[in-house]
Amino acid sequence: MTRVVLRLGDDVSTDAIYPGRFMATVLPGETPRHCFADVPEFGRKLRDGEIGSGSVIVAGRNFGTGSSREQAASCLKGWDLVVIANSYSRIFLQNAVNLGLRLVVCPGIEASEGDELEITQEAVVNKTMDKTFPVQPLPASRQAIVDAGGLITYVRKRLMEDAAR
Amino acid sequence: MGMTIAEKILARAAGLRTVAAGDVLEPVVDLTMSHENSALVINQLEEIFSGTGKEMRVWDPEKIAIIFDHRVPAETAKTATNQKKIREFVLQQGITKFHDIRGDEGGICHQVLPESGYVRPGMVVVGADSHTSTHGALGAMAVGVGATEMAAVWALGRMLNVEVPATIKVVADGEFRPGVGAKDLILYLIGMISAEGANFRVIEFHGRAIKHMRTSGRLAICNMSVEAGATCGIVPSDEETARYLREEACVADRIDSVLPDADAAYDELMEIDVTRLDPQVAKPHTVDNVAPVGEVEGVKVDQIVVGSCTNGRLDDLEAAAAILRGKKVAKGTRMLIFPASWRIWTEAARQGYLADLAAAGAVIMNPGCGCCLGVHQGALGDGEVALATTNRNFQGRMGNPNAFVYLASPVTAAVSALTGRITDPRKVGFLSLPADASGGD
Ligand code: SF4
Repeated sequence: MTRVVLRLGDDVSTDAIYPGRFMATVLPGETPRHCFADVPEFGRKLRDGEIGSGSVIVAGRNFGTGSSREQAASCLKGWDLVVIANSYSRIFLQNAVNLGLRLVVCPGIEASEGDELEITQEAVVNKTMDKTFPVQPLPASRQAIVDAGGLITYVRKRLMEDAAR
Repeated sequence: MGMTIAEKILARAAGLRTVAAGDVLEPVVDLTMSHENSALVINQLEEIFSGTGKEMRVWDPEKIAIIFDHRVPAETAKTATNQKKIREFVLQQGITKFHDIRGDEGGICHQVLPESGYVRPGMVVVGADSHTSTHGALGAMAVGVGATEMAAVWALGRMLNVEVPATIKVVADGEFRPGVGAKDLILYLIGMISAEGANFRVIEFHGRAIKHMRTSGRLAICNMSVEAGATCGIVPSDEETARYLREEACVADRIDSVLPDADAAYDELMEIDVTRLDPQVAKPHTVDNVAPVGEVEGVKVDQIVVGSCTNGRLDDLEAAAAILRGKKVAKGTRMLIFPASWRIWTEAARQGYLADLAAAGAVIMNPGCGCCLGVHQGALGDGEVALATTNRNFQGRMGNPNAFVYLASPVTAAVSALTGRITDPRKVGFLSLPADASGGD
């Protein structure tokens, strides 16, 4: 069981998740401190430790639109947040898969801040509303990277196989 | 069933005779591109190699382009230190296509790549920047990725688990009217199909308006294809592509071209008659919030920006200079010009465009990303309005979440600089422009 801590609309850009002026900060260990820097109340709660690990951000369509900056995925991952959205922009989705940020594609999700959710492979159950919303699985090509624990381990293995060939 | 351009390029790169949308492949990569974010790519490459017992080596140092553009010259010690680390890596790995902060070969990555002749029709180009889609203007398949995926390509020389994207065919016919051009076409298209209208798909551009468009205009439309979510935009290579590569990029060797089959399977067909197009403006805070200029006319503008990887090319500066020559930027409005590369800066200076623009009151900035992403110069004050020829107007994009960014063509931006308000460039007296001033022909 987990809770919705932030409800956003459509087309949330990577500039909103991780503003461009912090792009000189690149290391996954350092990016979380600028997560949602321009959403002052939520940003403060994160930094004050008021948001528990595994908490959920719910958004509409095309989450992560815009810049390919990987900081937008690594900063969310750093706080161990889970994102549920109707749909995702291509590069953000791939970055999340590559870095192991937990994303749920849920085209029909209904949820408000404070709602209690249960997330399984197949569905998101909104306990507060007593409603269930089916989850769209990732294509096998992306799931393989998730299952490997992210792109770094996936590529490292391929590198060793190439060398052995 | 025939293949689209993207399918043909990916089939060749994966060593297959045919592929279709949805197939999963491992295409070899012909060229990679990254900028200051190479600092993160290097970090991820170190991660990949750690524990393998192998010495860290990129797969091919001649196929890696690194261009400093986002913060040039460095604005903080942190950026300067990142840039230093990248320079050391370039030396250590023997990377040949490195463009440092220099007045002879520097500039924005999406201009430096084409003008240096690095991109050819049929190539697979992978860039750690979303606007890598730009390079499809030369008939290549050019895809933006994140830093970790870039590191994977540096290590292996190919992309893993690539799903062949479906293709949308856009046919743009007709002739642009004076004061309307490539930027208006792409803004109109994005407004029509929305910011995710082409997500996970390729846009292939056809039609008379594209055929007659110069490469600079094609670069602008492919640049902004990603604003409709497209994996990339592609213009079929033709005589204009060859002309650009020979005359402007000094390419001497063979140029192949990859064209779609007559019976290629397109996911969707869209037709636009550009003759009917008005100048377009994207309103804050999304790129697909597009309206004809008439709808926003009169909005007071604090800062006009002409430049970026979308519209900082020579003919963009030429159009702006033609409009401002002998006139003045309105009092109470600032105008910033940042050419897309030093080569363009030099030519614009030689032609007198920069002097004309400065005499009119514009500030000429150094080539680079400048104020486009709000990290370096030209930030906006609270409540201020910018009209920019850049490609994004997200909240906070120009460095201030309390400011408002509108997007338009260089012609609309330059005319608006004279009045200090968003102005229809076709208004009597403003336009004695050649019809191709904004990338049309
Ligand atoms: S000019 Fe702007 S959009 Fe283009 S590469 Fe630079 S930051 Fe990105």
